[in-house]
Amino acid sequence: MDSALIPRGVKRCPFPQFILFIAIVGAVLLWGVYAMLLCWFKGLNQTNMNDYYGFALWIWADLAVIAVGGGAFFTGLLRYVFGKDDLKNIINYAVLIGFICYSSALLILAIDIGQPLRGWFIFWHANVHSMLTEVAFCLSCYFGVLTIEYIPLILENRQIDKVPFFHHLGHNMHEIMAVFAATGAFLSFFHQGSLGGVAGVLYGRPFAYREGLFIWPWTFFLFTWSAAACGPCFTILVTKITETVTRKKLVKDSAVELLAKISGWMILTYIIAKSVDTWYWATVTAPSQGFSLGFFYSNNSFYGIWILILEIAICGFVPAFILITKKGRKNSTALWIAVILAVTGVCLNRWVMVLQIMAVPVLTFENWVLYFPSWQEIATTILPVAYGIILIAISYRYLPVFPNEPELNPMETLPAEEAEQEEAVEPSGDLEQELKPAEA
Amino acid sequence: MFPFNFEWIWDMGHVVFMGGLWYALTILGIGMTYCIIKSVIDTCRGNDEHHH
Amino acid sequence: MKHKKAKKYGMVIDLDKCTGCGSCMVACMAENNVPFRKDESNKLLSITWLRVYKLTNGKPFPNTDICYLPRPCMHCEGQHEGHPPCVSVCPAVATDYNIETGIVSQIYTRCFGCRYCMASCPYHARYFNWWDPVWPDGMEKYLSPNVSPRMRGVVEKCSFCYHRYQLAKEKAFMEGRRELKEDEYQTACTQACPAGAITFGDLNNPNHAVHRMVKPDPKHHGRPTNPNAFRLLERLGTNPKVYYLSSREWVRRAGDNYLETEAKLKKTVHHS
Repeated sequence: MDSALIPRGVKRCPFPQFILFIAIVGAVLLWGVYAMLLCWFKGLNQTNMNDYYGFALWIWADLAVIAVGGGAFFTGLLRYVFGKDDLKNIINYAVLIGFICYSSALLILAIDIGQPLRGWFIFWHANVHSMLTEVAFCLSCYFGVLTIEYIPLILENRQIDKVPFFHHLGHNMHEIMAVFAATGAFLSFFHQGSLGGVAGVLYGRPFAYREGLFIWPWTFFLFTWSAAACGPCFTILVTKITETVTRKKLVKDSAVELLAKISGWMILTYIIAKSVDTWYWATVTAPSQGFSLGFFYSNNSFYGIWILILEIAICGFVPAFILITKKGRKNSTALWIAVILAVTGVCLNRWVMVLQIMAVPVLTFENWVLYFPSWQEIATTILPVAYGIILIAISYRYLPVFPNEPELNPMETLPAEEAEQEEAVEPSGDLEQELKPAEA
Repeated sequence: MFPFNFEWIWDMGHVVFMGGLWYALTILGIGMTYCIIKSVIDTCRGNDEHHH
Repeated sequence: MKHKKAKKYGMVIDLDKCTGCGSCMVACMAENNVPFRKDESNKLLSITWLRVYKLTNGKPFPNTDICYLPRPCMHCEGQHEGHPPCVSVCPAVATDYNIETGIVSQIYTRCFGCRYCMASCPYHARYFNWWDPVWPDGMEKYLSPNVSPRMRGVVEKCSFCYHRYQLAKEKAFMEGRRELKEDEYQTACTQACPAGAITFGDLNNPNHAVHRMVKPDPKHHGRPTNPNAFRLLERLGTNPKVYYLSSREWVRRAGDNYLETEAKLKKTVHHS
């Protein structure tokens, strides 16, 4: 039914099956939309947040989704600025995943603030000294960059590409993509870092506070580093999940292995830096404010020392050691485990740097406070996941997201059938319609 | 965000932060403007060749 | 016009006098149109600009001792003047440190409710309006006309009754002077306390009671030189303007965090 929109040389499931899939995920999305409307019209009392948990699930979700969306900027940097050609086979998907992650972050922020209609104040009445201002600006600008990087992919749709202006526009944007990628990397460095700065500058919260370099606490650099390290792992993970769902190989092993190798070394260097930072904070910074490491981990079983071990050892050193070895990267099970652990590790780090900060009392006569999100918070956090799945499904169906796909999954149609398919397509003159991998 | 905003003062913080922001936005704006204009020119040139 | 030294309005709360009656809390809520809900049992959602805590020394009978500690907003000076933890982090300049008075204000019409200031405040002095205020029938006629009520989605906190400062300044101006007398600007909680435990005034003015009681050291961000005086969380370097007096060592020690190895109360600790 929609075969004219499907890229050449690839097979897609029947349209009714596709619609059924969209409808099922769409139902989850609608549940999330309902919760979102409740929050907007009734207020934030729909959540389980309180005056001790001003930051909760949504802020964690924001930080986590931006961290895992870091694959877009880092892969773009490696591909367009450092010239890692192999990554052209995965860059489209990395950009799409990044686009979904950043649009999700902006959506969640729009729901999270108490006065959404005043959200523009953060731009118009900006306090340049606040880390959150930096986050808002760079996030919005980088979302613009991701949109710019996503547009050429949309323009490569078989039917859209027939329009001469769109064809030229896509081609011209590809030509200067390195400029956009470099700007995107610059913006990403700062907003990923500022998200770390959001926690690190809190000198009233000894669990969060870090010393640093000039105005930037060490968490600034650690957050950028972990996003660059673990973001590609999320890209690989989503690629592997997509391959499992579609039952097709979509990206050449060389691209995945290159990304995995670079990611592995990034994770290793990051986790060493993180360990040094944790040690310094535990032995110097926090004690200078009267807090011992044990204080932060001995009140309840949820925030026990296991969380630190899990984040640094199991979700830090283990995936690093797997990914830096060729054997680890080539072994499918080991690769799956490594990327899952890396993504878990970065999400756990963001949880600790938002929710554990809120849980820890600072005044001696106050108590630890624990928190569990309300169904509205959970639904609005699942909303972007559903939206992401739908956007991936639509993009995968109609856009040449994976340049390797036709080569890795040759179609077995007879010549006569192919001729029929050609006739069904409108005449397009002398324009070429080919699958174009992202090229500088 | 703009120099005419109430909070804007020409201190180092504003110069560095807003300078960086507007620098990035300018690059993106120029890049997209170039792409669109070139695409219009290419389309017209393509149409001319097509008609001739 | 002679340039006068800037004011630094602060508070001294004598914990030896505080009985924990809560009059200060009630006066504050009435004065500042603080909203409340039908069911206020969840204290994590209650808006209490001034909150009275009950401290205990943790010892069993017969050595059990308790102390009541009222906690308003500390109006922190920060590590350098003008940089309290909350003001530095607000992304929309909705909270401001006034150099003239030392008071940290909250601008309700600017705040868009991101709650970053709440995350940064170690004293939990900031409260969020999770609901719109609902006044019982007829109560809107009893609201204080000098304090704007807040709608849901914005943060609020103790303002050292700034509207009273403005009214006092207007009155002084009408009388042809700029300087306020000590008793002309007093907060609601100060006046309500039946035990006289709360004193309010200009910490920079040697004639004011607050200055004489704690003797702040200007070279160390106002750290009190009176050995019985202390500030909450002194070691964090927030440099609050609310001082506490107590003759009991365990109470003074409860004002800050110490490692187990730090046996003696260090009066010289300060964050550089």
